[in-house]
Amino acid sequence: MRGYISYFKAELKAGLQYKTAALSGLTTQFFWGIIFALVYTSFYKHTTIQDINLKELMDYVWLNQAFFALIYIGINDETIINSIKDGTVAYELLRPYDLYTWWYVKLVAKRYALVLLRCVPIVIFACFLPVPYNLSLPFSIFTFLMFLLTMFLGTILVTTINMIVTSLAFFTNENRGISSIIYTIADLLEGSQIPLPLLSGVILIIASFTPFRFIEDLPFRLYSGHIDITTGFKDISIELIWIIGFFIIGKLILKKALSKVSIQGG
Amino acid sequence: MSFITVKNLNKTFKVYERNSGLKEAFKTLIKRKYKLVHAVDDISFDIKKGEIVGYIGPNGAGKSTTIKMLCGILKPDSGEITIAGFNPFKDRVKYVKNIGVVFGQKSQLWWDIPVMDSFDLLKDIYKISDEDYKKNLKELIELLQLEKFLHTPVRQLSLGERMRCEICASLLHNPKILFLDEPTIGLDAVSKVRVRKFIKEINKKRKVTIILTSHDMQDIESLTNRLIVIGHGKKLYDGTLSGIKHKFSRTKKLEILYNNLIKTPEVENVTILKKEKDKILLEVDMSNQTISNIVKVYSDYCEIKDINVYNKTIDEIIYELYKGLNL
Repeated sequence: MRGYISYFKAELKAGLQYKTAALSGLTTQFFWGIIFALVYTSFYKHTTIQDINLKELMDYVWLNQAFFALIYIGINDETIINSIKDGTVAYELLRPYDLYTWWYVKLVAKRYALVLLRCVPIVIFACFLPVPYNLSLPFSIFTFLMFLLTMFLGTILVTTINMIVTSLAFFTNENRGISSIIYTIADLLEGSQIPLPLLSGVILIIASFTPFRFIEDLPFRLYSGHIDITTGFKDISIELIWIIGFFIIGKLILKKALSKVSIQGG
Repeated sequence: MSFITVKNLNKTFKVYERNSGLKEAFKTLIKRKYKLVHAVDDISFDIKKGEIVGYIGPNGAGKSTTIKMLCGILKPDSGEITIAGFNPFKDRVKYVKNIGVVFGQKSQLWWDIPVMDSFDLLKDIYKISDEDYKKNLKELIELLQLEKFLHTPVRQLSLGERMRCEICASLLHNPKILFLDEPTIGLDAVSKVRVRKFIKEINKKRKVTIILTSHDMQDIESLTNRLIVIGHGKKLYDGTLSGIKHKFSRTKKLEILYNNLIKTPEVENVTILKKEKDKILLEVDMSNQTISNIVKVYSDYCEIKDINVYNKTIDEIIYELYKGLNL
């Protein structure tokens, strides 16, 4: 356990080195946040949407930008994928640790390193924007605590999915195909592009049955009070089942992959 | 009692192949052709505790494949490996705590973390006690002269510096066995000598069993006395270095520098390799001829200024060995 914690810290520290990348990421996030805020505001001027009010939607938009790195499903680790492609993954096996946990820690650390450098400026910026473009305070202290918990669980969940997709690279050698299909669909069903309450018809039905909605839709709507605490707890229990399921699947895939791994050359 | 036992080890790889061209590329979508490569073919050997063994062979002979199986990261197709009572592949997590590995071509340190942080991380991974860690680290840093770049990220180190750090990292947890896969590849002369000296010292001090692969025959010559040679996945030789020298080095080269050669004499078991105005280069079959005899014969035909005798270098011997075995 101590090894994994140290690795988390080391990776976090390493991730915090890249300040220029963080700055450019920050700019992108500001840009998208402002665009979305403007588009949705003008949207709401001319229509009446019952499903979610503008204040709740603005919270959704800004939280999405601030915590993008924690919840965006397409964050991969190139070093892991490359080590699978070129066979250096074998050398990971020389260490007395569980590779699944090891990579998992790395992926989570990467997300936290990215978000630590970005979320604070965005949250502050968004809070001080004029109404109605701004990020409001949380609905209540309880929903805020629920928000923190579900944000944490969201990262846990999205990383178990990343681990499955990453492990598939062992079988295909090039997992950009698989990952872009899975990630595009997941991104839509997560509510990253369009907040889920604004979706309708079949897509909404599908979205409500897939686990992706727990990643960001649940925490963001808890924050603004759009989902009440009781529903929140119910959702968390379903989310936990998904997490355990994906964890087991990921572990099995990796185990299978490692038993047939062959290292060429050298 | 042998410490490392390898019995009838086998490993076969499927190598997919296709001819060049677009048409062929499409064909492989339907049916893939492959050939089987016996990377390791029925290899057996025993190694005692504290031994340094050189494991050599030409490129593609199956050296690294063997090492990978010995390290527990590659599953043998058949055969048995027992090292310090473990089955490396089956008991991997427990087993790897007992070994240290350095691959010359692959770094095992975390490239964007400073060296010292990497070491600290290893301390936690291997659950090394504070006391052991401090003692070990101090000794290794001193021996390998690492102080100067302990706080530099690995990605900014030179190859020689990185290799020394890799070696240090592989020994922090006091392994019983050390696998060195081309540890001096790409290093300059000074670093090479330093690394060799260190390996010797660590073997002596800690009684670490060392298995070494290298294409650098000076590595082998200065470090090991026992040699296992493989080619095409098969074991070709297992014995001392002097044994192989004796077996494959029955000839020596003799150069004679002279004045006023009347006539080139004919001597049995001697071939003329090169003849110039004032010198001649001969190859002598030492089993049936002696240097002194040749010199005696030549002295009747000319005035000898100087002679040089060349022993075959270990490189030449190995070259001949590979050639003799059609590798």
